[in-house]
Amino acid sequence: MFVLIVGSGRVGSAVAKTMLADGHTVSVLDEDPEAIAMLNRGQNQSWEDLGGQFTEGTALEIDALLQAGIERADAFVASTDGDNTNLVIAQIAQRQFEVERVVVRVLDPARAKWYAQQGLQTVCPTQTAIELLEGAVRGEIRFEGVSG
Amino acid sequence: MYILIVGAGKVGWNLARELIDKGNEVLVIESSSRRYQVVEEELEHRIQAGDGSELWVLERAGIERADLVIAVTGDDEDNILICQVAREKYGVERVVARCNNPRNLQHFELLGVKPAVSATDLILRLIEHEVPQYGLVHLLDLPTERLEIIELELGDDSPAVGQRVIDLGLPDGSLVISILRGGGGFVPVADSVIEAGDEVLLVLDTGLEADVTERFAPQPEAA
Repeated sequence: MFVLIVGSGRVGSAVAKTMLADGHTVSVLDEDPEAIAMLNRGQNQSWEDLGGQFTEGTALEIDALLQAGIERADAFVASTDGDNTNLVIAQIAQRQFEVERVVVRVLDPARAKWYAQQGLQTVCPTQTAIELLEGAVRGEIRFEGVSG
Repeated sequence: MYILIVGAGKVGWNLARELIDKGNEVLVIESSSRRYQVVEEELEHRIQAGDGSELWVLERAGIERADLVIAVTGDDEDNILICQVAREKYGVERVVARCNNPRNLQHFELLGVKPAVSATDLILRLIEHEVPQYGLVHLLDLPTERLEIIELELGDDSPAVGQRVIDLGLPDGSLVISILRGGGGFVPVADSVIEAGDEVLLVLDTGLEADVTERFAPQPEAA
């Protein structure tokens, strides 16, 4: 599977590394050329030596998406630090490039919920945290160490 | 009319002034607290502080009863999202979005945000109008329908001068719809003869422009 990940922060880079280790083809797009450091961190070899692709560019620029290989993508992850950016590029991936599997990270639970109702596969870390915290406070769930 | 403006930059503030003067009920939303304080001195209760892409901020501003939402922040993503939500979630009938980077216009269109206004694009059009290349002016573009109407001003050296419309050999998908001459205008027939100084209006498929203008533009002299 060809996975395109936009936004190489904590979340995007971690997903990218896991997918590459699982044997998938992984391409990462980030506007900050330094963001590749997140992909190299904690690895024995550099991201590109391991076979990963990294493109510097803004996700709203179609040329950058093309360069990062969006036309070949089977899965698309929008994980930049901006909710609005993620929601716009996820819709571009879905409508214009017809990527089969599009997942978008949205921090604001209200927008996450509405866009999920519109058919976007949305991950809302804030909502997940709220539910876990509430469950833990009520004693309904209990986890050792870090949740998840 | 109840008008919601998101973004109190130069564009948003001046729009608010003009629309208030015209007797509309206007509310501006601004996310920067410093900017909010500056504009609040003049607009008073007609501005609220908050991130206009957050749903509760829009709801607090009464987006459900807005007749028009104008998104004029400096971020194209925000303007797209605000207008998309306004139209699709809250049923606002009319939205206008500012497009900061003309390259992003296609995204506004893809997500159904129309009209999107790009100042850069408008100025480029004005330049084209003032300094036309080969006397070419775009009168109307219908990108969705893939049609455009152009005007060509013909000099003495245009190869079309003296020819009948039918002999121009225009490609399929293009049509001369009128000729402006001597202060008047008429709809030509196949036999109408083109004269120097004519302004010719054509409707054509987007993409035929180069092919069509070539038949009217003076050819470079053979060596």
